[in-house]
Amino acid sequence: MKLHEYQAKNVFADAGVPTPASQLASDVDGVLAAAEEIGYPVAVKAQVQVGGRGKAGGIKLVSDEDEAREAAESIIGMDLKGYHVDRVLVEEAVDFTNELYVGITMDRAEGKPVAMVSTKGGVDIEQVAEEDPGAIATEHIDPSFGMHPYQARKAVYGADVDGTVARDVSSVLMTLYDLWESRDGSDAEINPLMVTSDDEVVAADAVMNIDEDALFRQPELAEMEEEATGGDELEQKADEYGFDYVRLEGNVGIIGNGAGLVMTTLDLVDYYGGEPANFLDVGGGAKASRITNALDMVFSDDNVDSVVFNIFGGITRGDEVARGINEALEQFDEIPKPVVVRLAGTNWEEGMEILNEDLVTVEQTLEDAVERTVEYAAEVNEQ
Amino acid sequence: MSVLVDDDTRVVVQGITGGEGNFHAEQMIEYGTNVVAGAVPGKGGQEAAGVPVYDTVEEAVEEEDADTSVIFVPPAFAGDAIFEALDTNLDLAVAITEGVPTQDMARVNKRLSETETRLVGPNCPGLITPGEAKLGILPGNIFSSGNVGLVSRSGTLTYQVVDNLTNRGIGQTTAIGIGGDPIIGTDFVDALELFENDPETDAIAMCGEIGGEDEEEAAAFIDEHVDTPVAGFIAGRTAPPGKRMGHAGAIVSGSGTGTAESKINALNDAGVPVGDTPEEVADHIEAFLE
Repeated sequence: MKLHEYQAKNVFADAGVPTPASQLASDVDGVLAAAEEIGYPVAVKAQVQVGGRGKAGGIKLVSDEDEAREAAESIIGMDLKGYHVDRVLVEEAVDFTNELYVGITMDRAEGKPVAMVSTKGGVDIEQVAEEDPGAIATEHIDPSFGMHPYQARKAVYGADVDGTVARDVSSVLMTLYDLWESRDGSDAEINPLMVTSDDEVVAADAVMNIDEDALFRQPELAEMEEEATGGDELEQKADEYGFDYVRLEGNVGIIGNGAGLVMTTLDLVDYYGGEPANFLDVGGGAKASRITNALDMVFSDDNVDSVVFNIFGGITRGDEVARGINEALEQFDEIPKPVVVRLAGTNWEEGMEILNEDLVTVEQTLEDAVERTVEYAAEVNEQ
Repeated sequence: MSVLVDDDTRVVVQGITGGEGNFHAEQMIEYGTNVVAGAVPGKGGQEAAGVPVYDTVEEAVEEEDADTSVIFVPPAFAGDAIFEALDTNLDLAVAITEGVPTQDMARVNKRLSETETRLVGPNCPGLITPGEAKLGILPGNIFSSGNVGLVSRSGTLTYQVVDNLTNRGIGQTTAIGIGGDPIIGTDFVDALELFENDPETDAIAMCGEIGGEDEEEAAAFIDEHVDTPVAGFIAGRTAPPGKRMGHAGAIVSGSGTGTAESKINALNDAGVPVGDTPEEVADHIEAFLE
């Protein structure tokens, strides 16, 4: 779960990280009132969960009321890379001399948290990592002891941060680690951490990703999640149903159990010349109602021309799956899109007895099922 | 022959009184696994799935001589349950639980390096030596005894590939589901080493997926240390960059590593053929065995 910039800034500021004065606004009047109170110049920043907001016209620096009005009118309500902008952050414009990067993330290869500092802030840090990895100082942290101040200093001096602000940057890094740890962050980043002309540091942006699996012990952050969602309608619907779902560009709908098997089904659709419309994992142990919801999801996507159901039961039972498919399809006078079913594993024979074969096409193997589904999609396209 | 688990393995099930724990303890026993005890705090003295339950793993070890734990404890308490297993010096702990917070696993990972216990999982289907014992939730009926070792990051993909093998009459020594989480215990390299040292394993099937660099590391290890022929499969070739496909690990970073392409190339460079389909993996294994 990713927090909005304003949410992450609040979390950081509450912990003592210096942040610019800012206010959230959702209409032109709100923007003008906020700018008046903060004092020009201010930045007007779209609050959506996508990178590259500035380049896409979602961030504007304004120095008077006319410019602020213009910026507010163009940003609020705009469509930013598929996301509707309904809120902006109005923020004090910081006069800076330098831009740094500080971040904490989990290094999965090492199985340890890692702190990162770079004087090449203000730009795409992934690009820096790729082109000039030496420009990022890293320090691995023992999760059972947390970060020691000497480790923060090591990272800061290792990145050649200017001595006048080294202490402040170390302190921000320590705070960031504490937040990352106590709030179950997967990533906590400030990019840029601006150095002002008075040699102070200020967090001009804030990124906080929370480990979804740990939300049960982060009730405050879990409450923010509702605000933080947005974007694709079908993906929102999938969230409500609790599916792992990703919408893709093609026309072959895919439903399966287990991430690895569903990805394999996608790959096979591609292998047989089709294009996947989605990734939908019903998870383990799905009951009939969940299967019905999954079919509803995929049928709701207008791009879908045919659907393949690929279930290999372990915890999931074939009879439950068959019941769910029947329930979903028996409500139609005419099945909207051809459905191909492949059932294997736990209780697949019971499932095959239950499954209403007038409504679906049954295939025994994964390969045959995918090939048939791709053929159906191609036939629909020819019509 | 087998690795890690056989009919001598003495199993304690942590969380045996829960829905999943109870059901799968019974399934394991039905398969022939030597489940000797359960461990659930506050339930000591009871019986579940026909075996005695103890409050702690330590008691189960003292009273029933358990040497292996299978963990069906809810995510909030799973980290603690793994610590308990590690502190009891078991030979093996298998964590089935899905959704263990990553920071909990980072702490477990640190502790793991200080103990003798081997961990498999979390978020995995477990492991099975067909005809002898299964630890976890794998459907026993699709497996058959034989000479192929299988290691996989994905549960259902394990079943798929095993099905392709079994349908051709190719059995397995042991199948290990290592799990798809960012931080896990036993990884590809560990499993490959076990199979390489097992005289009964004549070929290895390895199923990976996008995300992380475990397959690349495995390829380097195979190149240096593995003589047993290995065939691979990588799920997620068509996954678009930046999208997360279920498994926490299955994110393509877009920086050139962790992609299906980089994994397939690394494996090919190590002399490992990678199937385009699960069926092709079985083709390669069959060719190795001829």
